[in-house]
This record gives sequence, C-alpha cells and structure tokens, in this order.
Amino acid sequence: MTTPTTSTATLPSPGARPVGGAARRASHNSPAAGRRARRTRVLHWIAVHSVALALALAFVLPFVFVFLTSVMSDSQAMSGELWPASWHWENYAKVFHTPGFLEWWRNSLMYALLGTLFTVCSSIPVAYALAKFRFRGRRTAMLLVISTMMLPPQVIVMPMYLVWAQQFHLSGSLWPLIIPMAFGDAYSIFLLRQFLLTIPKEYMESARVDGCGELRTLLRIIVPMAKPGIAAVALFQFFYCWNDYFGPQIYAAQNPGAWTLSYGLESFKSAHSVDWNLTMAATLLIMAPVIIVFFFAQKAFVEGVTLTGVKG
Amino acid sequence: MALSLSGAGARTGDRTPRGGDALLRRKKTRDRLRTLGFLSPWLVGFSVFFGYPLIATVYFSFMHYNQIKEPEFVGLRNWSYVFTQMPLFGPALWNTLWLVVVMVALRVVFGIGIGLLVTKLKSGVGFFRTAFYVPYLAPPVAATVAFVFLLNPATGPVNEVLAAIGIDGPNWFNDPAWSKPSLVMLSLWGIGDLMVIFMAALLDVPKEQYEAAELDGAGPWARFRYVTWPNITPIVMFAVVTGVVQTMQYYTQALVAGKLASGVTIGPGTVIQPGYPDHSTITVPQLVYQLGFQNFNTGAACVLSLVLFAIAMAVTILLMRRKSGLLSAED
Repeated sequence: MTTPTTSTATLPSPGARPVGGAARRASHNSPAAGRRARRTRVLHWIAVHSVALALALAFVLPFVFVFLTSVMSDSQAMSGELWPASWHWENYAKVFHTPGFLEWWRNSLMYALLGTLFTVCSSIPVAYALAKFRFRGRRTAMLLVISTMMLPPQVIVMPMYLVWAQQFHLSGSLWPLIIPMAFGDAYSIFLLRQFLLTIPKEYMESARVDGCGELRTLLRIIVPMAKPGIAAVALFQFFYCWNDYFGPQIYAAQNPGAWTLSYGLESFKSAHSVDWNLTMAATLLIMAPVIIVFFFAQKAFVEGVTLTGVKG
Repeated sequence: MALSLSGAGARTGDRTPRGGDALLRRKKTRDRLRTLGFLSPWLVGFSVFFGYPLIATVYFSFMHYNQIKEPEFVGLRNWSYVFTQMPLFGPALWNTLWLVVVMVALRVVFGIGIGLLVTKLKSGVGFFRTAFYVPYLAPPVAATVAFVFLLNPATGPVNEVLAAIGIDGPNWFNDPAWSKPSLVMLSLWGIGDLMVIFMAALLDVPKEQYEAAELDGAGPWARFRYVTWPNITPIVMFAVVTGVVQTMQYYTQALVAGKLASGVTIGPGTVIQPGYPDHSTITVPQLVYQLGFQNFNTGAACVLSLVLFAIAMAVTILLMRRKSGLLSAED
C-alpha cells in the first residue's frame, strides 16, 4: 500500500489497479485524503472479492462432493466421509455396464438431436414471417405464440397422450415428443423473432431488388446473418430435450428401451438404492455432455439467455 | 419526411389504371399466400398440438373416462370432486403457490445480488461468472439427485460439515418443514440464467447517472434505489413473470426429490405417496400426472389442467399489460 503511484500503475497485480487510479485522482487533494481513499478502495476490493469467493465455493462444492463420492468404494460411499480413502475409477465403467445405460444415452441423443433439428428448421420461417412481413393478424399471431410459450405442458398432456396412444399407438416411444417439434416451437419462434428484428430491413429489400424470392432471401441472406440467434435457439432446444423428464415419463415410461438418461437416472437410483457412488458417477455422466457443450458454445449461449430478457 | 413520401406513393398507386389495380390485387394475394406458407408449420402445430388438446381438455373435464370404456357425460361432477373432495388438491395448490411466491421472490433477489456482485468485481470475472453459471446447466434430475445426496440427513456432506462446526443440521428433504426450503436452495443454486439477464441489465445502466448521483452525495443504497432500480425494473418484471410461469410448472425437482428422499428412509419396495414427506412437495402438475396417468381419472386430471391453464393465462395477460419487454420492438 505504500508503493508509489507510478509503480502501482505499471504493476499488473490485480489488487493494485483500483488503488493506483484512486491515488492518482486524489493526488490533487492532500496526501492524507489520498491515502484514505486508497484504503477504502482496497477494503472494498477485498470485501467484494471475499464475498464472491465464498459464494463461488458454495456453488462449486456440490460438484466436488458429487465427484469425490463417485470414486469412493461402495462401503465408504455410505459413510459420511468426504474424502475417498481409495480411488475407484472403475465405478464409471460399472455405470456404463449397467443394463440399459448405453441405450438411454442413445435415446437421449436421438431425442435431443432430432428435436433440435426439427425445431430449428420449422421455427425459422415462422419467426421470419413474424419479424419481417406485414400482414393482418400479425400482432394476434405473436400474442398466440407467447401464450403457447407460457402454457404449462401439463395443461394439454392428457388429450395429447390419448391421441398418441390410442390413434397412433406410439406410446412407449419418444416420437410423440419429437414429431410436434417439426411444427414450430413457440419459445424458439419467439427467440428467433427477437433476433431477426435486429437485422435491418435494407438487407431484405436489396435482396428483393436483386430478384431473390422470399425463400432464397431467407436461406441466402438472413440465415447466415442470424447464425448466433439460431445457435442459441438450437442450444436451448438441445438442453431442453436432454433435460426433459416429464415428456419421457408420460410417453416412454412403459418401455425401458425408450428411456432417456434424465428419466433413467431416477430408476438407476432406485435400483442402486445404497450405491451412492454409482449414482453420483451416473449423475456426473449426465451433466457432462451439457457442460461440455456449454464450454464450446459459451458465447452463443449467454447471448441467447440475454436475448430472452434484455430486449426491453 | 418518410411519412409524406409513402403518402405520395400511395396516391400514385390509387391513380393507376385498372390493369395496375388487378396487378396490385394479384400481388396482395401472392403476399398473403407467401405469409401463409412461411407460417404454415406453426399454424398446423398450433391447431393440432395446442388448439385441439385445449378443447379436448375442456370436453374431458365434463366426462367420466377411465381410458378403457367410452367417455360418459357427468356434468360438473369432476369439478366438484376436485374442489371439494379430493384430499390432495389443497396441499398441491398450497405448495404450488408457496413455491411461486417464495422461490420466485428469492430467485429474483438473489439474481440481482449475484449480478451486482459480478459487475462490481475487478478481477477474476470470467472465473466467477462461470462458477455461478454452470450449476444452471445441470440437468434438473441430476441436480436433484445430487442435492438429495448432499442434504442426506444422516450421511450427507452438508450435515457432516455442519456437524463439524457444531451445528445440528436439519432433516432437509425428509422434514415437511424443510423440504420446500431445500427445493428453494436447489433453485438458487441454478441462478445462472437470472444472473446473466441481470448482469446485462446492470451493465446497461448509463454511467453518467451514477456519476450524477455520486456528485449529489448519494450513498450506495440511494444509488441503487434511485439509479439502478428504475433502470432494471422492466427486467425484474420479466424475471418475475417468467419465474411465476416456470414455477407453476414445477414438477421434476419436486417429484424426484420426494421419491428419492422417501426411498432413503422407508427403503425400496414401499408404496410411495406423492409429495413425500407429508405431501409437502406435491405440486399441481404432479397431481395432474397422478390423476391422469396413475388413477386413470381423465376427467379430474383435465379439471386440474384447466385450473393450471387459468392461472397461467392470468399471469400471461399481466405480462402483456405491463411493459416487460416481451412484445417490444414490435414495429
């Protein structure tokens, strides 16, 4: 804290930066006032960062405990001990060898990938029309999209289930969840529309002047420009499908061959009621893909979350 | 300027001879068909996967239907059954409302707090942001399983740590008084989405307003109250409304937590009452599932669905009324 202003400014030490700035600004006044300002800045820095550190610890510790338990021996996992006495990496192999586990993986991937593909393809044209075409009932259509978005899935599940089960005999599979996604998803339409609104009209007009049809304009001009928005929507939909529990419970419960990871995990826990280590390993294996996808697509994701709320 | 130009354009359009008029009409028809074409996936989806089931739900709410025999008209009997005789309706509605009020309020306050904290940080912002964000990504089932383990009263790490510092930890998911607060903790762990939204909103507050407030001698609280708050109210409103809608659908975490926690104490093979312990975690959506898919009481399930629908619609209308950003940038 006694370092001269000039050297603190050049030092890259994180704590020093605000101090240097404060001192420089305060140097016009008396040196005592400058020191006092510097001290409050340092204290403020320390306070804010310690609170953040404590909170961050609380956010990360659950993952740490889950991981540590996942590599414990069967007997130790039942005790209250926190640190593994010996490291049992084979727990992960055991989880993979659980009957059904690989099938659940395959089903989850199929649901998430097909669901995402269908949703994106069917929602883009709708969002484009809602964002850029002028037609009567545009506002009503938008209101209906938002209402659908707000609707709890449990409201319409009963008759939908009866249709899929009795008319199409598709219960026991994930198709009743995937097929509707080929007909636009309200939330995706809403998000894409918000994004498309930010693209200036001039691009479409110049494409039209060049003789592009609407579909060509959309595919050649708009889609490439809307890539960040599309990426965000695709990510959200992928996560939605991957995390979905209610859907698979309704349609796939009778047929373990159609279960997804999210649905299977709970039965895994029931079957291994005392094997907390295996359950924790399975839990991490379900979290892993989502978190890996996040780190690769962090920017698109955060942009998407922001898009939902900040168009104020 | 732009207005007068378009006005002139329209007038010349009026003056065009009859041939041009037909051309214009043909263009209009073409435009309408084009719009219909682009909207068609959603038009089909909306009528088949929203319109139809909604009408069918109303229809079934007046029917006795066990999904085997033909539906039979019973008038308002399902409605009176749900509202007056069904023992779980009261707890489910109470729990759902409790969660809507407490969870949404705490999540919004905590989200603003974390957002403020992260925007105040001078170093390690990337690390902290990621730490606060990643739990939001944990699939709900996995996060719930993890929390049931962490909060296991006998051997869970949380109570171990509490015991080490001399605190006798509560029974968390196994205690009716603590089960909902435990679910709230789980939801606060997944604060990441709100943090990102509030961070963006907080960074959007004009710096000059803070500087002006500081010149006027405003302390930290006054700066928050008179500068930050008015600037972020639309986002707060948005977070509240979407939070209410999400919490009304609250299903997976409550169901999984109840099931797993009950398994820990009663052991496998026991018939599990929904909403363990003591119906303290049963929510309206769980009851819809219970009635429709386990008791095959289609009519009563549809009545409950409609109750849920009515509340959701009321909230949505509120959302449309208040300017919360959803319908902004309309033109």
